[in-house]
Amino acid sequence: MSISKEEVKHVSELAKLELSDTELDVFTSQLDDIIGMAEQLSEVDTTDVPVTTHITDVMNVMREDVAEKGMDRDLLFKNAPDSENGLIKVPAIIDESEEA
Amino acid sequence: MDYFKQDLSSLHDSLVNKEMSSEELTKATFAEIKARDLKISAFLAMNEEMAINQAKAVDATGIDANNVLAGIPIAVKDNIVTKDLTTTAASKMLENFNPIYDATVIEKMRQAQMVTIGKTNMDEFAMGGSTETSAFKTTKNPWDTTKVPGGSSGGSAAAVAAGEVVAALGSDTGGSIRQPASFNGVVGTKPTYGRVSRYGLIAFASSLDQIGPFTRGVKDNAAVLNAISGNDSHDSTSSAQAVPDFTAGLTGDIKGMKIALPKEYLGEGVDADVKEAIQKAVKTFEELGATVDEVSLPNSKYGVPVYYILASSEASSNLQRFDGIRYGFRAQDVKSLEDVYVRSRSEGFGDEVKRRIMLGTFSLSAGTYDVFFKKAAQVRTLICNDFRNVFNDYDLIIGPTAPNTAFNIGDKIEDPITMYMNDILTIPVNLAGLPGMSVPAGFSKGLPVGLQLIAKSFDEATMYRAGYAFEQATDFHKEVPTLGGQN
Repeated sequence: MSISKEEVKHVSELAKLELSDTELDVFTSQLDDIIGMAEQLSEVDTTDVPVTTHITDVMNVMREDVAEKGMDRDLLFKNAPDSENGLIKVPAIIDESEEA
Repeated sequence: MDYFKQDLSSLHDSLVNKEMSSEELTKATFAEIKARDLKISAFLAMNEEMAINQAKAVDATGIDANNVLAGIPIAVKDNIVTKDLTTTAASKMLENFNPIYDATVIEKMRQAQMVTIGKTNMDEFAMGGSTETSAFKTTKNPWDTTKVPGGSSGGSAAAVAAGEVVAALGSDTGGSIRQPASFNGVVGTKPTYGRVSRYGLIAFASSLDQIGPFTRGVKDNAAVLNAISGNDSHDSTSSAQAVPDFTAGLTGDIKGMKIALPKEYLGEGVDADVKEAIQKAVKTFEELGATVDEVSLPNSKYGVPVYYILASSEASSNLQRFDGIRYGFRAQDVKSLEDVYVRSRSEGFGDEVKRRIMLGTFSLSAGTYDVFFKKAAQVRTLICNDFRNVFNDYDLIIGPTAPNTAFNIGDKIEDPITMYMNDILTIPVNLAGLPGMSVPAGFSKGLPVGLQLIAKSFDEATMYRAGYAFEQATDFHKEVPTLGGQN
């Protein structure tokens, strides 16, 4: 299996990353190598082998369903890049020029 | 403060006997860091004002004669959040991030009256094996400043090796504590998954990440792990298993211990000098009365691809939160919300982070999920089973920590696969959630070689016992670098 430039471009869009043409070339070649390395897993017989996605022995951890005080809102805003009147500010979500 | 001549117990004695105060020790530590770090660049930030205040508070309370950690300064890897002290994960994305809470390990160290002295350099978001992917600086290996300190916890390892601090915390996802410990000739421990709370550790791969200590000696290492271990309601994967005193069994006696040496760990790709050091270590263990048998971990050779698929998949999910909205870097002159996401992430993340986010996104995509993510998660099961089989008959597994010693700065950074292969001996331990540590085991052309010890889940005590016995029987830990020079 290999990965094409178009696939890398698609993946970068899914991951909300923008790549220059040069970056796209470099990443395609590097990701292709890495995926090539991953190919060797196909030689392993995993018939009926369950997946391991975690290795903790802990099962569902519950606590009493009682309200706890959350973090202070002003404190939570300390690292927000832009805020106003207790709200986080972002650019326009709806592009008005596109309205019919 | 010359930490080359001190350990926790000698420092503790001086504090208890009032030959010096914690404040004096803390100030002397800053002075030493400022002098030595010009050559090493281990630190990203100093915590001068808060640390001195914290030390004064410890002095005012009085040094607890039964707590060897009281009043001792410690360095912390910069992916562990520290309240009011900038925490960057060595990424432009978090360049100005000022946490509003302390990680559980920081809180626990405060309870133990330790003083957080500053934050150490690392690979960006802990992704890398050389500390070269840091957005801010290149840390040098104290044994030879043309070499990398390893990574991703390269700053913490180099700070301890250079005698800047007596102890430091790192994190280990695929070898990020043990490999730099090996490259720097210090002791580094990755505890069992679940032994130490991950609350406040900036997540890379949540099923693999663990925090652990660096020190120059095994006993000091065990003392620091004592302080940071334990169940935490903020991390539901932290274990409720009892935490024994890891320093208790350090007698030097390991007679009858059954040790396994996987033949794959001395196979192709491992440097001759490294093999030789490990073979000598085998003899040392036999002389100490342990038995060492060759065993096989047949699936360990698949560890690297399994790890890069699973860790990158988890990372691609964990790093979605960096969207330029609530905290972290936001690109300038953005016109739309989509622009905030795309441009903030594209400008805020470095190449290695982008590469892994894309690999993870690809591995989890419809059409590739079965071939990549699911397949890797199945092979992970086989790797876990290999260890289980060996531990049915043995107490401990030993081998090299890394296939080679520290490499040249700049040598591997352009070639991800070569860099990834460096983790081949450490990765399987994370995949199986086992405790592992690296202890100094010799030198090759003046550069340290590390011996890796791997124990059963939650049996760090056996690992420390064996590590201590080995250390007491050898002199490697007594060697210190001549800073900046070629050794």
